[in-house]
Amino acid sequence: MANVFTRMGDWVVERSPGMLPMYRKHMTEYYAPKNFNLWYYFGSLAMLVLVNQIVTGIFLTMNYNPSAAGAFDSVEYIMRDVEWGWLIRYMHSTGASLFFVVVFLHMFRGMMYGSFKKPRELVWLLGMLIYLALMAEAFMGYVLPWGNMSFWGAKVIISLFGTIPVIGSTLVQWIMGDYLPADATLNRFFALHVIALPLVLLLLVVLHLAALHEVGSNNPDGVEIKKGPKGNRWDPLKPADGIPFHPYYTVKDLFGVGVFLMIAAFIIFFAPMLGGWFLEHDNFIRANNLVTPAQIKPVWYFTPFYAIVRMFPAMFGTAVWGVLAMFSSIAVLFALPWFDVGEVKSIRYRGTGYKVALGLFVFAFFGLGAVGTDLTAELIPKLFGHVDVTFWENMFGRSMTAIYFGYFVFLWLYTHLGWEKTKPVPERVTTHD
Amino acid sequence: MTKRHFSSIVLALGLLLGSSIQVAAAEGGELPSAGTNLRDQASLQRGAKLFFNYCVGCHSLKYMRYSRMAGDLGLTEQEVMQNLDFTGSKFNDPVISHMPKASASKWFGKAPPDLSLEVRARTADWVYGYLNSFYLDPSRPVGWNNTVFPNASMPFPLWELQGMQTAVKKPGSDEVEKLELSKPGKLTPAQYQQATRDLTNFLEYVSEPAAMQREHYGIWVLLFLAVYTLLAYMLKKEYWKDVHE
Repeated sequence: MANVFTRMGDWVVERSPGMLPMYRKHMTEYYAPKNFNLWYYFGSLAMLVLVNQIVTGIFLTMNYNPSAAGAFDSVEYIMRDVEWGWLIRYMHSTGASLFFVVVFLHMFRGMMYGSFKKPRELVWLLGMLIYLALMAEAFMGYVLPWGNMSFWGAKVIISLFGTIPVIGSTLVQWIMGDYLPADATLNRFFALHVIALPLVLLLLVVLHLAALHEVGSNNPDGVEIKKGPKGNRWDPLKPADGIPFHPYYTVKDLFGVGVFLMIAAFIIFFAPMLGGWFLEHDNFIRANNLVTPAQIKPVWYFTPFYAIVRMFPAMFGTAVWGVLAMFSSIAVLFALPWFDVGEVKSIRYRGTGYKVALGLFVFAFFGLGAVGTDLTAELIPKLFGHVDVTFWENMFGRSMTAIYFGYFVFLWLYTHLGWEKTKPVPERVTTHD
Repeated sequence: MTKRHFSSIVLALGLLLGSSIQVAAAEGGELPSAGTNLRDQASLQRGAKLFFNYCVGCHSLKYMRYSRMAGDLGLTEQEVMQNLDFTGSKFNDPVISHMPKASASKWFGKAPPDLSLEVRARTADWVYGYLNSFYLDPSRPVGWNNTVFPNASMPFPLWELQGMQTAVKKPGSDEVEKLELSKPGKLTPAQYQQATRDLTNFLEYVSEPAAMQREHYGIWVLLFLAVYTLLAYMLKKEYWKDVHE
């Protein structure tokens, strides 16, 4: 029997000589640093969620009806009459939120350990493009159930483009294909959500990994294992602190997948709405252009950026400033490798100023999230009694915005002007034998 | 466990805790707890009976089939067709009210909404609070008002059960301070609360019939994943022995 499999393998290899070397290059002979910690699970978990979204998405499209008249009913049809339809839909809706959870943690890992720094700038840029495509993908997917929050969320987000001077209103009509989010909007969002953007995402993921495997992975010490001593158990010429990705990190990731799936399964089976955070109450009401929800706010993963839009008042006769600020808040992330040019990569050996700044940045991100979800509007009266809520919310949100952008200004000054006092970086990763 | 691992875990837990506080804060407010329980089949059956006696005259459950309901609530086809199906529908039909939409809009100002997803759109606590908060208000067209949903256009069909409540206004203002039972109904206040809890429970079931299945399967899925994770952990330990030596 084993002989049959060997012969089948040989048969393929004879006809496709490039396959085995490629497998070796990316799996059994890709040497990753041996000191990955908890933060290094989220890349592979993001891939797992991507596969989940594609597979469950295919099954959802089999029963979903992309029309303004039929979309909402078809989602309830999936929830009630399609065999296991509820499970497929909850896996997809929970997967969407968890996609952002793992991607945020993955990005934060990169910031913390300097994974975006030379020579990995391209890996970071491709990753940021993935994030951008993911936001577009998530936004369009959110519109498809055609609930009232889908409708009003689409209207508000698309109208952001309407603030662009001169071409704004024409652009908004062009995006929607109508004067309101309608059948035409739903149809094109469906096409983009199920075909165009998934293809873009898959291509970008391949490029992200290809770029990574060219330069090799960073690690929690920020040490370049390729520059360290050579020779490990598998290859005398490869880094001493590297271990083959397969089987070492594949089995490690199998464990990470188990823990992650337990969290995901708990949400899917016991709290699929997660108290209105993963599925919103207003989205169980059919889209209605005559009834505005009490609060129009995007899903949680967009709220920090949405808060930034709201923090900029209209000036000089246009409201474009908030929109510009929101796009800038993502653009500065793209440019992170050029803001932060410090030689030392990992937070473990960086200056105190850097650690404080990163802590503040995370605080500002959550603070902006709280503003975007209207949590501050609820908490301010509870904590401070009768005060001008809008005023204090704006003060808080603007401070958080200032810290968010201040992080990048600070990093530029801190590293370009040589203010950073770093600790000595070890020669090798700290858990070598 | 290294210090770094520990701090990572603390951070992750902090994130989770932070989000759960947000959830708690977002669901706050003054609504009483509905205290529904989908595992209480008797409560669901009583709630269904109330719905088909008092609500289906105006409100549909267009996503709910009689047959599905029978299976999930432990009722036979005969029981459903004789005791609950007053609309003359077939067993596999969805629950559609016979009230003509156009006349309903004329009578109430607004057609009575379909209640298939009411609990998911509003929460169970809201529905329960709403059913307990009707009071007499001669200034409204149908003579009733509601503190949870002010100026609701719905008359109060459960009045013969609860009785009639009147509003005690705050001195010198139009704000309702509390509701008082001015004329008792067929049920005591405690019985009425139980009845509306049953009705809310039924509507919660209707808004997501899959809830029963998912909680049933969820336990087994989690158990399976726990075993899988343990095995994966042991496999990882075994493979990594030679890395850590």
